[in-house]
Amino acid sequence: MTSVIQPSIERPPVKTKTDQVLSDKYTLTAEQLDAFGDEMDAIRQRVVADLGEVDANYIRKVVKYQRAFEVAGRVMFYLPPLWPAAVASLSVSKILDNMEIGHNVMHGQYDWMGDPALNSRMFDWDTMAPAENWKYGHNYMHHTYTNIVGKDRDVGYGILRMDEEQEWRPYYLGNPVYAFLLMMFFEWGVMLHDLETEEVLAGRRHLWKGENAPIMRRIRKKVGKQVLKDYVVFPLLTGPFFLSTLAGNAVANLVRNIWTFNIIFCGHFPAGVATFSIEETENESRGGWYYRQLLGSANITGSKLMHVMSGNLSHQIEHHLFPDIPARRYPELSVEVQEICQRYGLQYNTGPLHKQLGSVAAKIFRLALPDRKAKGDSPAGVTETPLAA
Amino acid sequence: MSIVANATTRVLRSRFAATLATPHGVDRYLELVNPMWAANEVRARIVDITREVDVPGHPPVATITLQPTSTWRGHRAGQHVQLGVEVDGARRTTRVFTVSSPDSKGGDRFTITMRANPDGVVSRFLVERAQVGTMVHLSQAQGEFVLPDHVPDHIIFITGGSGITPAMSMLRSLQRRTHRGRVTFLHYAQSPEHQIFAAELEEIRRSGYGIDVHLVYPEQGGRNFSALELERIVPGYRDIDTWLCGPAGLVDAVRPAFEGSDKLHVEYFKPPAVSNGNAEGDVSFTRSGATAVNSGATLLEQAEAAGLTPQFGCRMGICFSCTATKKEGTVRNVLTGETSSLPDEDIRICVSSPEGDCSVDL
Repeated sequence: MTSVIQPSIERPPVKTKTDQVLSDKYTLTAEQLDAFGDEMDAIRQRVVADLGEVDANYIRKVVKYQRAFEVAGRVMFYLPPLWPAAVASLSVSKILDNMEIGHNVMHGQYDWMGDPALNSRMFDWDTMAPAENWKYGHNYMHHTYTNIVGKDRDVGYGILRMDEEQEWRPYYLGNPVYAFLLMMFFEWGVMLHDLETEEVLAGRRHLWKGENAPIMRRIRKKVGKQVLKDYVVFPLLTGPFFLSTLAGNAVANLVRNIWTFNIIFCGHFPAGVATFSIEETENESRGGWYYRQLLGSANITGSKLMHVMSGNLSHQIEHHLFPDIPARRYPELSVEVQEICQRYGLQYNTGPLHKQLGSVAAKIFRLALPDRKAKGDSPAGVTETPLAA
Repeated sequence: MSIVANATTRVLRSRFAATLATPHGVDRYLELVNPMWAANEVRARIVDITREVDVPGHPPVATITLQPTSTWRGHRAGQHVQLGVEVDGARRTTRVFTVSSPDSKGGDRFTITMRANPDGVVSRFLVERAQVGTMVHLSQAQGEFVLPDHVPDHIIFITGGSGITPAMSMLRSLQRRTHRGRVTFLHYAQSPEHQIFAAELEEIRRSGYGIDVHLVYPEQGGRNFSALELERIVPGYRDIDTWLCGPAGLVDAVRPAFEGSDKLHVEYFKPPAVSNGNAEGDVSFTRSGATAVNSGATLLEQAEAAGLTPQFGCRMGICFSCTATKKEGTVRNVLTGETSSLPDEDIRICVSSPEGDCSVDL
């Protein structure tokens, strides 16, 4: 990353007019891009004005189900034959808590309700990463600089090579192994992500001092509570079943890890999803931002249950276009977004889970190896990988 | 509270319970079983709604009786409470109301009395739409506008309109405490039809017991509470402890009469400032104490121009990093053009620009 261009892009303006020189990744003219942005703004405005009791009741209902699954799961550990049901119940609870509730509430999707229990500033989720840390890396860094290589730390999470623009190094031969480990320990990975461990390994950031001091402090506090709850107190409460409860809680966390990893990796990594360079997105307009969100995301088709269990991240495109609109609106919005895409001749990347996952897996393996054909020279600063270790 | 209830509350508020309920907290589970169960938060169920005043063409006044959760720690007469309601089942809106019933203890029922302010979302909801059984969200009782532990031999209440409520709570408490001293109760209302607590005040007036009730109605030629008028009703009033509560006009009129006296205790509610639709006025940042002339730019930009460094992220209204509490004033969302004048409202300062005077907790 060059420091020269940082100041301008650190502060994307609320700019409605495209006046930047558009690279060939943009298939629209500046005027079309602005018109496209206006259409998206219009959708947002209409939906925001329409939010009300139905949306409030929906999220309250999901919370009720989540808490019921959680309590049921904890209780069933007292009856050893019900162990599989207990694990399943607790897994569902954790997935709902993290995806349809936590992720979406912390995006501010329900802030308009004025309910402190569903407020983005107060909510914390049932996972290792403290809300405060995650919101910065996710809501701000990832959602503002989506798929800008060298800027969006979610491109490979500083561990993986998920884009050709990340320069190949022998380290990346382990790409599939790292991906597998990240999947198994996903909640820990998400937690470490906020410490910018790749910067720490590169010697540019101290693990627990400086910028990382408050982040580390929050992590210590949160991890302590999470570990105490899942791996000490609840197992102890079941007395003679200590070990089976401990194992059950660990498996529930694991199931949640695997599921969320897979859903999230389908969001931006399937084939055909575009990435952008810092230069290309400099001085970006609102229309340009919408365009990047659209082409930088991919959806998963599936049943209603699938959508709920993925926190509607199966509608990653709509989520990236309207990150603060309640996720239950994404399915209805997708119809409109697809129609607009068709009119503007824009790609709308979607497919069933197995297809998207297959595509992501192929990419993980392919990018473990150096690129077969030599690329042309890219401008300085673009191909630099986030991980210099 | 029974011993069992006491023990239950102790367990629910323990660190042990908090450990089990992390990260959501015990109340997030209890409320799903029964909204009247709480370990820390305070909620209440409306158990009675009585219209006090109902003059056609004028906003009605009602007294609402609340059964709070056991977490309610009670109140001292004169204190107020923040009350939040879910209007249309979705948007929780919170306003401050004075308790009108006498001193309460933990878990005790109490009443609030309010006029349905035509622009007031919450007061109109409570007076016109709420029903017995409706749940509301509460804070603990707050405020310093209370009687001292040792009540002086002679005290004066001067109130106007719905400002009568804290004085009424104090008067009722004094009666219950069998206060033996003198009380002078001056109240200013539009007309006898608009008189809140009319029957009870009449009862008190007739029974005597050292309480002088003076109800003044301008429509019937009642005079303002000037220094002269006060001296006429209560000779030497400047040396008598006085509690004054009412609209700004009354407070502004009575204050000069107590110039140089330290006996006056005042409370008045400011109505929310309403938009004047332009970029005039001043912006004040309450936490840092900085103020600036409203430039019409977004609050984030204005805060930065004033030398503050508020937290921000995307600067385009999507990431909520910059969310701050607007204390009062009107802001316009620069993306949607929507304006909002609610006090104590969470706003994204990167896409909110003030219209007229505005204060933000930064």
